[in-house]
Amino acid sequence: MANTFPDILFYVFAVLTLGCGALVIANPFSRNPVTSAMFLVLTIISMAGLFVLLHAFFLAAVQILVYAGAVIVLFLFVIMLLDLKAETMRRIKIYGFIAGIVSVGAILAIFMKSLGATPLNSDSAPAVEGNTEPLGKLLFTHYVVPFEVVSVLLLVAMVGVILLSKKNLD
Amino acid sequence: MHVGLEHYLTVSFLLFALGLLGVIMRRNLLVIYMSLELMLNAANLALVAFSRFNNKLDGQVLVFFIITVAAAEVSVGLALIVALYRRRRSAHVEDLTSMKF
Repeated sequence: MANTFPDILFYVFAVLTLGCGALVIANPFSRNPVTSAMFLVLTIISMAGLFVLLHAFFLAAVQILVYAGAVIVLFLFVIMLLDLKAETMRRIKIYGFIAGIVSVGAILAIFMKSLGATPLNSDSAPAVEGNTEPLGKLLFTHYVVPFEVVSVLLLVAMVGVILLSKKNLD
Repeated sequence: MHVGLEHYLTVSFLLFALGLLGVIMRRNLLVIYMSLELMLNAANLALVAFSRFNNKLDGQVLVFFIITVAAAEVSVGLALIVALYRRRRSAHVEDLTSMKF
């Protein structure tokens, strides 16, 4: 009984993640990008729930702070800045539709086949905890060089965005 | 049935397929970008699941880096979309065909 509650929570969060993800890409009620962005928020929050179930507490917090807090706000800013009208129903090209379905189905089939063919030893009791302390220790000892490189990357991205957003590029 | 690694991997695969479907099907540049985020998140979920069930914390550090790079990528990509919209007045991929041969 003690072990069944996280399992039920897993199924709840998994269904929420996949359902909201499906509504991001194809919403039958609205073609507005704002609706897609809102369902992306729900997908990301339920995925943070999955991270908590995997004992990755720090990453769950980072997921909500960075994605739901920063990235989605950026998306919404741009959508409202561009003042996009709800996408008119254009004629869907039938070849593109078939090609999309076939390629996605093929990739999914490859994934599922490899999942079935690989022996997974998930029976051993997992003991790793994604708290701030062990993660920070690893980040500042073994992974300190990539950490610094990422900070340079963020600086480069910031300079690039400022340059791209200038009114007249010359 | 006890939830194990394969359950998390199945969710991750399905989410990745959804994101890929969105990138191929949708014609709005911003929604395509959101679908890319879905695919990145699917990879993150797989990495965290592997990290949990292999008793190694390295996967979570990698996810931390992926989230950082994804944030930088989103900011640059959205700035590009805004610059493109200023010039062309459209964020629809079928209107952006000047590089088509």
